[in-house]
Amino acid sequence: MSEAMMAADGTPLKRSLARALRRQKLRALGLIAPLLVFVVITFIVPIGSMLFRSVENDIVSNTLPMTVQSLARWDASSGALPDEAVYEAMYFDMFLAAEAKRHTRLGTRLNYEQTGLSSLFRQSGRALDDIGKETQRPLEKLNKAWKDGETWHMLFNATSSADTNAALLSAQRARIARLTDTPANQEVNFAPSTAATALLPKTGRAYTAWAVYVATQDGRDPATRDPWEAVATALALDLKTVDVSGYSGPGAELLVEAQSADLPVPALSAAFADMDEDWATDVPWKTIQTHSGIYTSGYFLNAVDAQKTPDGVAWQPDDKQILQKLFGRTIWMSLMITFSCIALGYPIAWLLANLPMRKANLLLILVLLPFWTSLLVRTSAWKVMLQQQGVINDVLVWIGLVDDANRLIMINNQFGTIVAMTHILLPFMILPMYSVMQTIPPSYLRAAKSLGATNWTAFWRVYFPQSVPGIGAGSILVFILAIGYYITPEIVGGTKGVFISNRIAYHISSSLNWGLAAALGSILLAAVLVLYWAYDKIVGIDNVKLG
Amino acid sequence: MKLTKTLLATTALTVAAGTAFADGHMAGDMTLVSWGGAYQASQQNAYVAPYLEMNPGVTAVWDESSAEAVAKLRAMNEAGSVTWDVVDVVAADAIRLCDEGLALEIDADEMLAAAPDGTSASDDFGDLLVSDCFIPQIVYSTTFGYRTDLVGDTAPTSVCAVFDTDAYPGKRSLEKRPINNMEWALLCDGVAKEDVYDVLATAEGQDQALAKLDTIKDDVIWWSAGADTPQLLADGEVVMGSTYNGRLFAAIEEQKQPIGMLWDAQVFDLDGWIIPTGLSPERQARALDFIKFATDTQRLADQAKYISYGPARLSSAPLVGQHATLGIDMAQHMPTDPENAKNTFLYNYEFWADYRDDIDAKFQAWLAQ
Repeated sequence: MSEAMMAADGTPLKRSLARALRRQKLRALGLIAPLLVFVVITFIVPIGSMLFRSVENDIVSNTLPMTVQSLARWDASSGALPDEAVYEAMYFDMFLAAEAKRHTRLGTRLNYEQTGLSSLFRQSGRALDDIGKETQRPLEKLNKAWKDGETWHMLFNATSSADTNAALLSAQRARIARLTDTPANQEVNFAPSTAATALLPKTGRAYTAWAVYVATQDGRDPATRDPWEAVATALALDLKTVDVSGYSGPGAELLVEAQSADLPVPALSAAFADMDEDWATDVPWKTIQTHSGIYTSGYFLNAVDAQKTPDGVAWQPDDKQILQKLFGRTIWMSLMITFSCIALGYPIAWLLANLPMRKANLLLILVLLPFWTSLLVRTSAWKVMLQQQGVINDVLVWIGLVDDANRLIMINNQFGTIVAMTHILLPFMILPMYSVMQTIPPSYLRAAKSLGATNWTAFWRVYFPQSVPGIGAGSILVFILAIGYYITPEIVGGTKGVFISNRIAYHISSSLNWGLAAALGSILLAAVLVLYWAYDKIVGIDNVKLG
Repeated sequence: MKLTKTLLATTALTVAAGTAFADGHMAGDMTLVSWGGAYQASQQNAYVAPYLEMNPGVTAVWDESSAEAVAKLRAMNEAGSVTWDVVDVVAADAIRLCDEGLALEIDADEMLAAAPDGTSASDDFGDLLVSDCFIPQIVYSTTFGYRTDLVGDTAPTSVCAVFDTDAYPGKRSLEKRPINNMEWALLCDGVAKEDVYDVLATAEGQDQALAKLDTIKDDVIWWSAGADTPQLLADGEVVMGSTYNGRLFAAIEEQKQPIGMLWDAQVFDLDGWIIPTGLSPERQARALDFIKFATDTQRLADQAKYISYGPARLSSAPLVGQHATLGIDMAQHMPTDPENAKNTFLYNYEFWADYRDDIDAKFQAWLAQ
C-alpha cells in the first residue's frame, strides 16, 4: 500500500478534493436555491398535499371515534345487526358531529362508497334531537332543577383538584380538536369530578364533551348553560345500570330521585330504525366498518371502477363503471391527436426547413400565430366552425355536398375534440420537427439520388430516419399535453369526447370528492411516467431533440 | 391531518402573499363573489355602487366564482384563510354551506332591514328564508325557451314538448346536472306533480327519470354555463333549451332573437348572499352592514330595473318599475307574474340537500355511459 497523496497544504489530497467539490456544489445549490424554493413551495408542496388526499381517510375515525371502536368487535359476515352498544356509541358520536356540523361531511364521504348514506346522515342529523327530547322532558318534569345548567355543572364539576378527572378532560379536548379540526385547548370553566364520572361514566363523558365544545368552539361558559339532550339520554342510560343510592357527592339526592322515578330509556337501536329503516340493515354499518381506517385504498379502487367491500375488493355495479372507459378513451384520443399532429405537421416542418430563409420565416409566423391567440378564443372559433349551423356545414350545404336536413355532426363528440386539439397542439409538433430537420444537410438527399435512389427511397431511407428524433420529441410533447387537457374537451367534447381530466375537474369543483380526484390525478401522472419510461426504453430519450 | 394542514397553510400563504399586493385586505377592501355578466352588473348598479358612495373608505373587489363557491370556500376553510366577504350563491349551495358550517347563521330580524311599513324582515322574506345562513335577493326560474321559427305551426305549450322529438325534431339543450331535469322527466312520464319528490327518493324512481331522459339523450346538448342556451338558440343549434329566465329575457328583448318563452313547469329557485364563517370581527361587521343595505326593500326593487328576476321581498314587488335602458315594463317579464306562473314547479330544497350526492353520482354515470 502506498502512502496517501498529500495536497500542498499537507491535508490528504482526497479530502482536499472533496472539500473543493463540496464548496462548488454548495455554490451551485446557492445559485439555484431561489428557483428551488419557489418550485417547492408553489408546486411540489401543493401537489403533494393534494395527492395525499387520495389515501387520507381520518374523517371516519375523527367523526365517529366511539362507533369505530365498538364496531371493530362486530362480525359483518354474521348477518346479525350490531349490538345496542354500537347504536349507543353512534348516537353520542353523531350527536356531537351534528352539533359541530361535521356529520354531513362524513355522510358525503361514505356516500362515495355506498350510495344513500349521504341522505341517511343528513336526515338522521336532523332527527337526532327528538330521541334526546323524549328523555329530557320527563326528567325536567320530575324536577325543574334539571332544566338549569347550574344543576348539571354542580353535579359533575370537581370539588377539589384531587377529585379532578384530568384524563377525561384531555381526552374530550382531543376528540373535539380532531372532530372540528381546530385546537380545543382554551380555558374551560369546568373540570370533571372523578367521583361523579366514575359513578355515571356515560353522562360524565357526554357532559364533559359538551362543556369542552361550548367553551372552546362557541366561547361560552358551560356553568350557566343547558347541556344538549344527549346528556339527558346518557343519564337515563346510566341510571338503568348503576346504583346511585350510596353516592354522597353534590346533587346526590337529585340522582336518587331520578333513579327511583324509573325514567323511560330509549332503546337506541329501535330509535335509529325509527329514524330511518336503513339503520336497521347492515348496510351503513358494513360501510363504516370497512372504511374506518385512517388511510384508505378506497379512492384508488374507485378510480378504477372497483370498491372495497367487507368481503374484499369488488367491481362497481355496471351502471357506475365509467372511469376505466374514460382512461382508455383519454389515451386513445391522445394517440389520435398525436398521429394527426404528425401527419399534418411533418410536411409543414419539411417545408419550413427547406424553403429559402425569408419565405420560411413568414411560414413560421403563420405556424406560431395561433400560438399567440387565447386558447379559449381558438376553441370557441372551432365551435363556430364545426357546429351544425356552423361555417363548414353551411359551405357543404351551399355547394350541395350535404343535404340541409342531414347536416354533419362534428361537435360535442370525439371528432370535435380531436380536430380542435390537433389544431391547438400542432405548433408543439412542428417546432421540434423543424429544428431537427434544419440540421439535416440537404447534400445527403442529393448524394442518395446521385447513387441511384428514387425520390421515395432517398426520402424514406436517408431523410426520414434522421428526422425521427424530431418526431419523437414532438410526439412526447403533444401526447403529454393532450392527456391532461381540460378546457377544449369541456367546450367541444359533449359527453362522448371528454377526457379523464374533465372528470377530475368535476370531482374537484362540483361533487367535491377531492380524494377521488387526487387518486385519478395520481394515476394519470403515473401513466405518463410509465409511457415516458417505455419511450425511453424503445426509442431512447437521448434521441429526442428539442432544438 | 397535521401534515395536510401545514401543507395547505403553506399553499394558502403563498397564494395570499401573491394576492395581498393585488387586492389585499388592508384598508376597506371587501371581496364580493358573484356570477359575472348581466346579473353582477345589476348588483353593481342597484346597490354596490350606492353603498360605496355612502362609505367612501370602502372599496369593492368582484370575484366571479359563484359557480365554484362551495369548493372554494371549503378549501379556504381548510387552509384557515377566508378571503371572501360576501358570496352570492343559489339556495341549494347556501344550504350545503350552512350544513357544513361554512356559512354564518343570520338572524333575519336582528341583522336585516325591516320593510318600510315596519313588517319584520323574516315576514317580508317569508318562506324564502330557506336556510339559517341564506339572505335571498331574487327569485329566478329555470325554464325553457324555443326558436319560434323552428317549431312549426304549433308552438309548444307544455314542458313535455322537450321529450317529444316527433313533434319537435332537433336538438335541445339541458343543464349538465340532475336538478330540474329529473323532475321534468318524471312529470312527463306521468308522475303527478305532488308525487315527484316521493318517487325521486327511491332508486326505482331515479331509474325511471333516467330512462325517460334516455329517450332524448342523443338529441341533447348539455350546458354548464347559463349563457350557453341563449347562444345555442341564437345560432339555431337547438330548437329549445332550458336556462335562467333572465338570460332568455336578454336574448328576446335586448338582442331581439326569434325566441319564445315556455313558462310551463318553470322551476322557481332563489339566489342570495351568504357570509363565510371565519372572518375577522371587523370584516364580518362590514359584510353584515353591506348585506343589510343591499337587501332592503328599495335596493331589491332597484335590481329588477336591470334584470328580469323577481325581488325576494314581498314589499319590493310593488316598487318594480321599468327597465333602466329599454324602458319596458318589467312586471310581465318576472317569473312570478300570474300570467307566467300558471303552472310552476316547486323546487324542494331539503330533498336536494339530502339526495344531491346520491343522484348526482347516478346522473353523471348515466351521462358518461
